[in-house]
Amino acid sequence: MNASVSPAVLAAVQDEEHAAALRFITCGSVDDGKSTLIGRLLVDSQAVLQDQLAGVQRAGATDLALLTDGLSAEREQGITIDVAYRYFATAGRKFIIGDAPGHEQYTRNMVTAASSADAAVVLVDATKLRWADAGLALLPQTRRHSLLVHLLRVPSVVFAINKLDAVEQPELAFRNIAGALATFCEAAGITARAVVPISALEGFNVVQPTPGWAGYTGASLLQVLESLPAAAAETAQAFALPVQWVEKFSGSADTSQGRRVFWGRVATGTVKPGQPVRVMPSGQTAVVAQVLDTVRRPRDVAAGHSAGIVLDREVDVSRGDWLLAPEAPEAVREVSGTIAWLDDEPLVAGRAYWALHGHRWVKAKVRRVVHRLDIHTLAEEDATQLERNAIGHVELVLQEPLATRPYTQARRPGSLVLVDTASHRTAGAVLVR
Amino acid sequence: MNARVEPQLLSQLSNRHLDALEEEAIFVLREVAGAFERPTLLFSGGKDSLVLLKCAEKAFGAGRIPYPLLMIDTGHNFPEVTDFRDYRAKQLGAELVVRSVEDSMQRGTVRLAHPGESRNVHQSVTLLEAIEEFRFDALIGGARRDEEKARAKERIFSHRDSFGQWQPKAQRPELWTLFNTRIHPGEHFRVFPISNWTELDVWQYIEREQIELPSIYYAHQREVVERKGLLVPVTQLTPPREGEQVVTRTVRFRTVGDITCTCPVASPAANATEVVAETITADVSERGATRMDDKTSDASMEKRKKDGYF
Repeated sequence: MNASVSPAVLAAVQDEEHAAALRFITCGSVDDGKSTLIGRLLVDSQAVLQDQLAGVQRAGATDLALLTDGLSAEREQGITIDVAYRYFATAGRKFIIGDAPGHEQYTRNMVTAASSADAAVVLVDATKLRWADAGLALLPQTRRHSLLVHLLRVPSVVFAINKLDAVEQPELAFRNIAGALATFCEAAGITARAVVPISALEGFNVVQPTPGWAGYTGASLLQVLESLPAAAAETAQAFALPVQWVEKFSGSADTSQGRRVFWGRVATGTVKPGQPVRVMPSGQTAVVAQVLDTVRRPRDVAAGHSAGIVLDREVDVSRGDWLLAPEAPEAVREVSGTIAWLDDEPLVAGRAYWALHGHRWVKAKVRRVVHRLDIHTLAEEDATQLERNAIGHVELVLQEPLATRPYTQARRPGSLVLVDTASHRTAGAVLVR
Repeated sequence: MNARVEPQLLSQLSNRHLDALEEEAIFVLREVAGAFERPTLLFSGGKDSLVLLKCAEKAFGAGRIPYPLLMIDTGHNFPEVTDFRDYRAKQLGAELVVRSVEDSMQRGTVRLAHPGESRNVHQSVTLLEAIEEFRFDALIGGARRDEEKARAKERIFSHRDSFGQWQPKAQRPELWTLFNTRIHPGEHFRVFPISNWTELDVWQYIEREQIELPSIYYAHQREVVERKGLLVPVTQLTPPREGEQVVTRTVRFRTVGDITCTCPVASPAANATEVVAETITADVSERGATRMDDKTSDASMEKRKKDGYF
């Protein structure tokens, strides 16, 4: 867990992988100072404008947390209910922050923010720990949020140890807490990109480095974030594309390049003319005649980007179908996966839900709940149903086969959501095993 | 608009992130076309909706946008903007539906507290009437999360109940890019493809794509009065009050909407490049500088959204 960022890494901010905006989330327990940290990032990077700053002055002092808690219910209760998205930019990069709630009751919103994040900043409140103790125990919510972002494969995890200005011996506290995090990460298989001691309230090590404070001479949190890559596209896998939109040329005189363009975002691999494809679920085969990028220029397109595909022959392809390389795994009728249950109504074994995979809706029946995971340790325990915010392991039987892959190999083919057939609420997030 | 940022920032300013924002917007626009039966795109002729229209052109090809454009007319619009709206819709060959607050007032569904009241909030009624008339199931809008705190909390696909109400505590989780678009009869979605864009992104995109805008977005001479730190345009609907002095200033609009609540800012910026430079150094937010109706309470936008406002 090397916290320092070399000048070479900082220079990398200009390369392609770093050109895209970095989407990161902040997580941690209630009152760990997430909203204050974001307020500090925004104010110190000059992203907050005068009228917005004036709106959060209370009794002459600036309450940074009020910059992000925008709903009246949040101000009433003094907690963050839903993800707030915030934007700021430095000379080198644009950032999108998902300010995720820390309260256990709103875990579904934290999962929402994490599913599309490139990085997660896990805040640890030093004042809540026995920081003088080298064998200190971390808070359950720190472990839980770290495990959740790890489970969701957020590419980079950064720990920020906050409120070190409020403890007597910041250097000792930083050393002991960083040690506890290292032990925890090793056991959980988490690779931390950095551990940074900060004071969100005072601004230490948030935007500008505060050399030597808490015995730390590394990069500030913002410098670490500037150096992180956006999520790497899954280009090494076999080609797969879920068809989002079928463009018909019936009204056009130009029929020279086939009759239809199949648009969608490439989930895995790369597509270029000559690529043989199999259509799921019909099983028909064809060869790619032309590939268009977002703005309709002919070009090879890699995972993560939209492509328009013209095939060499007329085959039946509709929205929701997948175009797959012949070597891609066969579609399956049975899926086992880790599930985060998000709905107020518990998941019940035997019940059927709608499942959305790519752009395809199918019915999915929960055959059984295999385990419920202890949310603090991820140890497995027996269960027959899963309550809101529980994480478990389930087996699903699908009405039609789906071209899934393990989530650990490929996120888009490896993820699906379950929707309650009666209420239409989004009920579960499934990570295919 | 005072400078706060070093001028060299402008030369370093990268616009490569616009590709990712554009791609996200196009992905969302295609998803709406594929997932809904009767979508529409809210089109006012303002800069955000023109950016949206540009992304729609790219998503479907010019002349092939598979949904009609909808404008809710308060009757209090700047003529330069409505003229531009009609011109752009015609140029694209798009179907443009206009429904007006005036008609709702004639029907008696909108009642003004007094004749001079802003019609901005009453747009919600006319909008919901249009939704019912056309049975729209998805309304695409150009709202951005950086505009306002309540917007910052809203999903890209925002579910609305049969009264058009937003339920902030019961938002559907938005996982990966798997958008749950299922609805019951009478419900609909508001969809915001440029949620993740900022005012600066919009202007950088306008500059990069050379998007044509209504003239009042750029510097022009206009009669205004100074009121509570705002430059209030002198129009038939917003005459000077007693004792106020009318002055002619060089101004441009950062946002356009209902005449009775939209103010220009003092600015010499005459083209998109100059506006980009000015936006980098702006020290007051778009709404803070221009809107007369957002300052009543912290939660005014949240309350209006719960009432069906866009």
